Amino acid sequence: MLVDFNSERPLFLQIAEGIEAAILSGAIEEEAQIPSTTEISVTLKINPATALKGINLLVDQGIVYKKRGLGMFVAKGAVEALQKKRTSSFYDEYVIRLVEEAKKLHLPKEQIIEMIEKGFER
Amino acid sequence: MKEIGLGIEVKGLSKSFGNVQALRDVSLTFEANKIYGLLGRNGAGKSTLLNIATNRIFADSGEVLVDGERVFENDRALGKIFMMSENNFYPDSMKARDGIRWAAEFYSGFDMAKAKALSELFGLDTRKKIKDLSTGYKSIFKIVVALSTMAPYLLLDEPVLGLDANHRDLFYKELLISYEEHPRCVVVSTHLIEEVSGLIEEIVIIKEGEILRNESCESLLAGGYTVSGKAEAVERFIAGKHCIGMDSLGGLKSAYILDGAQPQNVPEELEITKLDLQKLFIQLTNA
Repeated sequence: MLVDFNSERPLFLQIAEGIEAAILSGAIEEEAQIPSTTEISVTLKINPATALKGINLLVDQGIVYKKRGLGMFVAKGAVEALQKKRTSSFYDEYVIRLVEEAKKLHLPKEQIIEMIEKGFER
Repeated sequence: MKEIGLGIEVKGLSKSFGNVQALRDVSLTFEANKIYGLLGRNGAGKSTLLNIATNRIFADSGEVLVDGERVFENDRALGKIFMMSENNFYPDSMKARDGIRWAAEFYSGFDMAKAKALSELFGLDTRKKIKDLSTGYKSIFKIVVALSTMAPYLLLDEPVLGLDANHRDLFYKELLISYEEHPRCVVVSTHLIEEVSGLIEEIVIIKEGEILRNESCESLLAGGYTVSGKAEAVERFIAGKHCIGMDSLGGLKSAYILDGAQPQNVPEELEITKLDLQKLFIQLTNA
């Protein structure tokens, strides 16, 4: 997991998204422990309060939970929940931007659909 | 749980050197258990502020309290603060390891094992005399001492002076490890702004002896952005917004906006990017 200090996305969001990506890819499995605030903070050289804020976002969504005295763990069903969440933001984050860019380049709809089909055939 | 202190309270501090006003009515609080970045250009008053806080020089007016007690000639209050500064207060011919032992005598709760471990980690030859250490290793010697004290207030004035990239990286990591082991107030004064921008929670920007900004790093950054595009379009967009600076390249313009909000209704022809801490600092503190 890496953070991009030049990104316009706040660091705590990048932390949350980094852990989400690790869960989705299976790098951290359900019921497995996620890195601690200290590990994240020291490895990425960020303030522990920032790391904690990122992890708390995931706690609020029920993606990770706290085992008292042990640390934070990935919740059962987290992968499915994340897939659902990502699916619903897929339109906003990818489709809208794709269409905007296409309009800038004056690409007709048909050509975009063709490209998408080509992409799936890869 | 250790009791959380009231912090270092700076109240109405003014200080002149001859006809140079180094600090003008400065008031702020460094709260317990937070990491602060104290940023300012050379001569802005950072070191003066830290030196007064540790009773090394005296203010013309105003006062500094540590956990509610005045620091002025008060050993109990001063014992809570450890300051690492550019100046060296160790005798010239003292060996580094004796300097460490010396610090251990002065600061109760000094962690000798930590000092040994840090010396090894940074490759500090503690048999050498302090005056014979290179600039970088002089800083490292001071870092080793600073991170081994358990003082609840740690003031680090230019801690990475002369350190190479590897040692700076190591220092930031060890600072965070030490902070996690012993949560306390850390004030870092540095010119390497981008390197600490993720590390610090609160930011204090000082210019010509006055506090320009004093807020959380996250909120400060969230209130700024860069807008770029054709000059006229940029001009139109920034009308009425708080612009702290601009760069032009041919017919293109980039404007740095800091008005506490992210942009709304951005025309398609304009591009919005992040305003990073260093750029923000440069624009705010340019003459």
